[in-house]
Amino acid sequence: MSLYGVQKLIWQLNRDPRQRARFGTERDAVLDEYELSVEERAALSKPDIGLLYVMGVNGQLLMHYAALHNIEWLDYLQRMRDGLTAHGPVRAGVYAATGYEGIAAHDARLAAERQGGGRAAGL
Amino acid sequence: MPLVYSGVCSHGPGITGRADRADPVVREAFYAAFRDMGAEIRALRPDALIVLAAEHFANFFMNNMPSFAIGMADSYDGPIEDEAFLKIPKRRWKGDAALSRRLIERTMETVDVAYAEEWQFDHGIAVPLHFLRPDESCALIPANINCQGPPLAPLHRAWAFGEALRRAADALPQRIALVATGGISHWPATPDSGKIAEAWDREFMRRWAANDRAALLSYSDAEIYRDAGQGGFEIRTFIAAAAAAKGARGHVAFMAPIPIFAVTCTVASMPLG
Ligand SMILES: [Fe+2]
Repeated sequence: MSLYGVQKLIWQLNRDPRQRARFGTERDAVLDEYELSVEERAALSKPDIGLLYVMGVNGQLLMHYAALHNIEWLDYLQRMRDGLTAHGPVRAGVYAATGYEGIAAHDARLAAERQGGGRAAGL
Repeated sequence: MPLVYSGVCSHGPGITGRADRADPVVREAFYAAFRDMGAEIRALRPDALIVLAAEHFANFFMNNMPSFAIGMADSYDGPIEDEAFLKIPKRRWKGDAALSRRLIERTMETVDVAYAEEWQFDHGIAVPLHFLRPDESCALIPANINCQGPPLAPLHRAWAFGEALRRAADALPQRIALVATGGISHWPATPDSGKIAEAWDREFMRRWAANDRAALLSYSDAEIYRDAGQGGFEIRTFIAAAAAAKGARGHVAFMAPIPIFAVTCTVASMPLG
């Protein structure tokens, strides 16, 4: 298992502008520098955000990898959901999904609660 | 001289990066409380502000992960995140390597803390600073507790780190303030981002405001993960701030869930003698 290598690559891209530039111009050479399985290499290249999430990539790394590929926030969340549908539950790490009503429904519920005499401090 | 301030606040990247998507009424009340905290700290004229965060792989990674770290540089750059993502421009912040070193030496009397002569601020520090706006004369001292990559130091060690920071600050002639940043319950950067365990958060902040050491340290990481998500591991920073307040009770200035910001947005402090 080389999840560590996947995460290390993303970590280095996030923090090093030169590595980011190289990733744009010589992606294969950069990927060669890490121990990656065939599946991991393909998921990184595509990029397949849903599969990377299912593999166990930490969301604090993955969200920046998505942003690097100009994937907008709600699209990023949707791609992870699609990954769960296509590939099954998260295989490793601490970033498993647990089930959630979604931000729009949650916002609507909170707004209704506030109208009925909310309990938020400071409001 | 004795630590002049101990407070806690949220730091989620959505607070600035996704500001336009939040309910404006709640958002503006939160921002106002955040800015008030900054004014309160500036009024205390601190020489240095320790920002104790739970950074997210900006500097520290699983190749060499410190449980506790303190910055020791004369300047820091940040945020590391793209401006398009965080909506905070990159800049250089003033540090004080000599003061950091004295603080680190004293902290090391009881806690084995790593030091770092370079440190890129991520949203965990940059978002709070965006609202707190410390005076340009105030040196920043970043500090960190690993809350991201398990194994994590147990909660009682986070408490010990807070106590050690307090002893170190008290022993120095400078006026030092502390702000700890983190989320309470949250499932950040997952498909469940936005989910918030409101009751869990209220109970945690009740324990925090009471500065109830036993109750704060009674959670297991398995319980936190189950009830408050992996983001809940960041309560370590709040726990350290309570320890640094040496038994003082807390005041919660603001606390409300904002799903697009992924947390119960919180601003709270413990008035110090
Ligand atoms: Fe965080």
